[in-house]
Amino acid sequence: MIRTSIREQVVDLQERQAAAATAAASPAIHCVELSKRYGRTVALAGLTMTVPRGEVFGFLGPNGAGKTTAVKLLLGLVSPTGGEGWVLGRPLGEVATRRRVGYLPELFRYQPWLRGGEVLRLHCELARLPRATWREETARVLELVGLSDRARDSVRTYSKGMQQRLGLAVALLGSPELVFLDEPTSALDPVGRYDVRQVIHHLREAGTAVFLNSHLLTEVEMVCDRVAMVDRGRVIATGTLDELLGGQACRIRVTGLDVRQRQSLSAFGHSEDDGEWIVVRGLDAERVPDLVAEVVRLGGRVYAVEPRHQTLEDRFLELLGGGH
Amino acid sequence: MPELAPLLTFARLTIWEASRRRLLVAVLVLTLIVIAATGWGFHELRYANGPGGGPEVGEVQLRLIASQVLIFIVFLFSAVLALMSVLVGAPSISGDVESNLVLAMLARPVRSSELVLGKWLGLAGLVVLYSAGAGILELIVVDWTTGYVPPSPVGLIAYVASVGLVLMTLSLLLSTRLAGMTAAIIPLAAYFMAWVGGIIGGIGSAIGNQGLITTGVVSKLLLPTDGLWRGAVYAMEPASVVAAMRAAGTAAAGNPFGATDAPAPPFLAWTAVWFTLVIGLTLWSFRRREV
Repeated sequence: MIRTSIREQVVDLQERQAAAATAAASPAIHCVELSKRYGRTVALAGLTMTVPRGEVFGFLGPNGAGKTTAVKLLLGLVSPTGGEGWVLGRPLGEVATRRRVGYLPELFRYQPWLRGGEVLRLHCELARLPRATWREETARVLELVGLSDRARDSVRTYSKGMQQRLGLAVALLGSPELVFLDEPTSALDPVGRYDVRQVIHHLREAGTAVFLNSHLLTEVEMVCDRVAMVDRGRVIATGTLDELLGGQACRIRVTGLDVRQRQSLSAFGHSEDDGEWIVVRGLDAERVPDLVAEVVRLGGRVYAVEPRHQTLEDRFLELLGGGH
Repeated sequence: MPELAPLLTFARLTIWEASRRRLLVAVLVLTLIVIAATGWGFHELRYANGPGGGPEVGEVQLRLIASQVLIFIVFLFSAVLALMSVLVGAPSISGDVESNLVLAMLARPVRSSELVLGKWLGLAGLVVLYSAGAGILELIVVDWTTGYVPPSPVGLIAYVASVGLVLMTLSLLLSTRLAGMTAAIIPLAAYFMAWVGGIIGGIGSAIGNQGLITTGVVSKLLLPTDGLWRGAVYAMEPASVVAAMRAAGTAAAGNPFGATDAPAPPFLAWTAVWFTLVIGLTLWSFRRREV
């Protein structure tokens, strides 16, 4: 009897370990043809993508492209009208999964009649964090977003930027495995944006997956490992920044070379010369130092080197080109 | 199935909000002023020639007058309570949806049913607390100034509180789909229509018109506030008044401030069903809403 029970326990433990291993190995987000219609309006048309664990994933698109709808679907706040998806290895819509997920909604206001610290404690409670950890946890996230000295103030007195920081702090409570940030910097000044980027870097270091919704291309370019570009409810491109941007162009500002010498640089790739700047395409990132060395050898003076000069914005507009 | 812990969190948050927003304080101060004013009025009832003098009326007569005046005062209270119940219920869910606050809360491991039931419980707590507090205080003042105690004080408070609960529940249902202002106006209009419906039904039974009687019954089933108000009136009427009204026969039935009988058990059972249906509808409506 006892032996059976022990065996059962061992089997149970093995099963649980196996389940945990599967869950850990599963991507942060995986969805196949996920779609949402509101009546005749298509908010999201067949979203298929995989977000690996521990990566900062940029979900990029113009306003109204379906970015917020995608987040709401992934969080289980609305039900899909088609397709399927998994978050942290669990099917969409499971209440328990939300314990492991943080979320900063777009354009929201917290209860103005609560103090900052009270909002955080409320969310500790709703997130079912053990009561003994609340104090430490709220102090930790307040410190992270730089609001420690305002925790006792009423939310009513917070500026837009501070509200956003508080939202970020709420999203980080309980060290979630995956954090959704919906336009986190749209209400912030440059300093606030810098701070948000620092928080995202911190999350990446801690191994947290971040799903960043944004229409700000430079923002995404600065923090994301991988990007999906969406337009009118469809993903039009997805990949790492290098993959999306080609990663094989270099822009160099140089003087002191004659026309023949400038043309000789086409040995490195297809070169375009607009007088001051030379763009060399099809150049591997590893060969950029060789290119610079060659310019110097020829007697040129180098003022600037911009590897991967094509911006996300160029690429995005290029992709949208057909439809817009 | 909704769980208790998050449900209670939302209930506490709702009460917390009301107290922080100074709504409770404002209503309490106003109520205390009204109670003090009515206390002075009840005290002056004993002088036949009005305030300031004249011979005192007899104790029996004083209590009879007090019982009738109390009915009007309680009607005033129940109208204030109706207004308050609707004003706290109507923006409760719609406000959170408009501010996107509901997204932040529902992204936690909680169900939409826990949010709705928690809010209902918190608001119900406020309505009951206010009814009981104001009711008990007013009854103490009346007893102290005139020596009159209505036959069923507990029943009185329970019926008055139920009127508030009905209106709060209806406005919470509307709050899942409509903006705060609209969700407040509709239950208030319905409250007055149900009151008039009750009077029409009474007139119907006084003159024996079946159509009017049916109108009264239908309005009572759609919104049980007037039926519950009659329960409160019955709880306040001394036996002599009930006897006099019964003697007057059907002629007294149209009086909205009179009741010859306690609410029938089937009506009370229907009221319970009404609550279950409307709360069920609220849960369904909010779950189906795409936030």
